[in-house]
Formats: sequence, structure tokens, C-alpha cells
Amino acid sequence: MTALIILFRRELTLAWSGGGGPLLACGFFLCLTTLVPLAAGGDPAGLRPVAGGVAWLALALSSILSLERLFERDHEDGMLDLITLGPIPLELVVLTKAGGQWLAVGVPLAATAPVAAITLGLPPEQAPLVAASALVGALGFALTGALGASLALGSKRGGLLIAVVVLPLFIPPVVFGAGALERAVNGLSPGPALALLTAYVLFAAVITPFAGAAAIRNAQG
Amino acid sequence: MLTVDALTLSRGERVLFRDLSLSLASGEAVALTGANGAGKTSLLRALAGFIRPDAGTIAFTGVDPAEARRRHLHWLGHLDGLKGARRAREELAFQAGWLGADRLAADAAIDVLALGPLLDLEVRQLSAGQRRRLAFARLIATPRPIWLLDEPFAPLDARWRAALGLLMQAHLDKGGGILAAVHDPLPVTSRAIDIGTGR
Repeated sequence: MTALIILFRRELTLAWSGGGGPLLACGFFLCLTTLVPLAAGGDPAGLRPVAGGVAWLALALSSILSLERLFERDHEDGMLDLITLGPIPLELVVLTKAGGQWLAVGVPLAATAPVAAITLGLPPEQAPLVAASALVGALGFALTGALGASLALGSKRGGLLIAVVVLPLFIPPVVFGAGALERAVNGLSPGPALALLTAYVLFAAVITPFAGAAAIRNAQG
Repeated sequence: MLTVDALTLSRGERVLFRDLSLSLASGEAVALTGANGAGKTSLLRALAGFIRPDAGTIAFTGVDPAEARRRHLHWLGHLDGLKGARRAREELAFQAGWLGADRLAADAAIDVLALGPLLDLEVRQLSAGQRRRLAFARLIATPRPIWLLDEPFAPLDARWRAALGLLMQAHLDKGGGILAAVHDPLPVTSRAIDIGTGR
């Protein structure tokens, strides 16, 4: 348990140092959601029907930004070898790193999401739902993002490869998250969409540690 | 401590070596020699579990390989496993803590390797030799019986080669074992195995 805490704390420190990954992600998120209304001609009424979808798409794209450094830096400087020989199974290391990514990047993005959603034209009373669903969705992004980052490990132009691998995997949470917001705006319960979103996160939490660890072992060889 | 039997290892289409067998006994140092590309590093990486051999077995005395790699092996490769933007103190604290060392053991390693004046510097400000000493500290702080070292002395000056030789000897005297890929002789009594010939 101590080793897990040590690794988790290190992940958070690394995420916030040397370029501030969370700030970059949040800045990108806000820029994107500010640009869309301007590009749409500044008509809030026209944008409102797709506001939830655009917000979730922006959230997904922003979540990709710092994924490249999740494993690649440790791979480049030899730290991943040391981590592999540590007391914790590699599957748990992958899960811990994904958890660190969620706390360092996903949670700040979720905190920013209500501002972005309101900018896009969603009613302010939906802000708590936006934040809560983004919090869950960002965990899904972190988990599947960790899987994509491990699959791209050691490849040239890994950042681009991560995006190509990860974006299709991000489709379900974007659909479910946007669906939850749309249902709420239309006066329906967002529960079913949120349940599907949570199911996606649980599925990712089961798959990512094993698939990610296998991909890392393959890259180390 | 460690037995390798009829190991065959290839990288891509190229077979590095076939049917290599060797053993490492408690208190013994083995120097792996051979030309560049002979497979010294690959052999060490296979022992550490990073590479799956084509054939043959790797066995650790009294413990299964996965457990041995988690608790009984130290790995010091070409790369030191240090983050350039972090302070030496933070990196040592993480590495030692991750491998299970307590604060006292880490402090002792700092003293032995004279790292005190370097601790508040960023790793990128350290020379290659200083980084290697910093990486070596985790081996001193966290007792593990088998050391796998890949060119451990390459960046070190004569003084620190001799000093680390003493630390290696102390490790051997406590019953540990060392398997090192080298081009120059180890500064401790060792048995040499040429990877190219298998002898």
C-alpha cells in the first residue's frame, strides 16, 4: 500500500511540474469551447441543441493532451524498468497511473466543464450535472487513455498514435455524457445515460490494467 | 541464486545466442563480456523479465520468477531512471521508497555515496557520473540479493569505480550476487562469461 501511495503522489507531482499538464488541458478546453460559439456566428439559440455534445467532445479532446507523457517519459529515461521491478504488479501500476491522470487532469477538467458548458449555451442550472457527469467521464477518459498511451509506447510519433487509438474508444462516453445533458435539458431523467457512462468506466477499469500492462511488457522487450 | 539453462534469445530476426547456460551463486560476481551487440544487455533484460526468451529457462533459487523480480532483483541499466527536471533528493526518495527502503537506509546510502551536496540540485544539472552514483544509491538503500548491472562503471571516474567496487564487495560478502555486463574487468573477484562463445 505504501508503494502505491508513493507512486500515486509522484504521478500527481509529475503531472503538475514541468509544463503544468492540467493547466494546459483546462486552457485548451476553455479555448475550444469559446471558439465554437464564435465560429457558429454567436447565435446561442442555434448552438444550444448541440451544446452538450460539443462540451463532451471538447472534454474528450482536452483529455488526450497530456496522455503521451503518462508512460513515454518513464520509458525514455528508464524509470519504467525500475517501476516494473517494484513491489506492485504492473497491472496495479497502470491503474494507479490512470488514477493519477484522472485526479491531476480529469478532475480539473470536470471543474472547468460547467463554465465551458454555460459558454456553449447550456442552462446554468445544469452546471452540477455537467460537473458530476464530467467527473465520471473523465475517469473513463483517463482509463482508456492510459490504455492508448501504453499501446503507443515506444512508437514514433506516439502522441498522434495515442489520439488515433483513443478517440474511437472515447465515442461511448461522449455519446452517454452528451445524452445525459440532453435528457436533462429536455426535462427527462439523465439517470439511464449516466448509468451507461458508469458502466463504461467500470468496463475500462477492468480491461485497462491487464491490456495496458501487456502492452508495456511488449514495449519493454 | 540464479540458474539459466539453454537460453536462446533473439532480437527481431537476429539470433543473439543459442543454448546459453550459466549460474550465479551466493557471494559470486559474474562478468558478462562480449563484443558490442553480442547480447549482454539483452541477456540481463531477459533475466529481469523485460524480454521473453525464445527458448530455455530462467530459475531463481527458492522463489518463483515473478516474485524474484519484484523483491529480489536490482536493475541498473544504461538509463539511470531519473527525471531531469526533478531534484536529486526527490528522485532518490521516490526510488528508495518505491523499492521499500526506509528513511534511515536512504540517508545511509546518501552518506556512503557522498550525495549530500547534490541533493538539492536538479538531476539535469548532475554529471553522468553523479547521476550514476545517485542511481546506485537505491541499491545500497534497499537490500536485494541479486544485482543486474549493465555497464555500471561507464560514466564513473577511477575514484568512484574503486569506491563502488568496495560496495559491491560488501554486497558479495553478505551473500549477494552480481551479474554485470562489462567491457572492462569488474573491480571485485569475478567469473567472466563471454556471451559470444558461451564460455
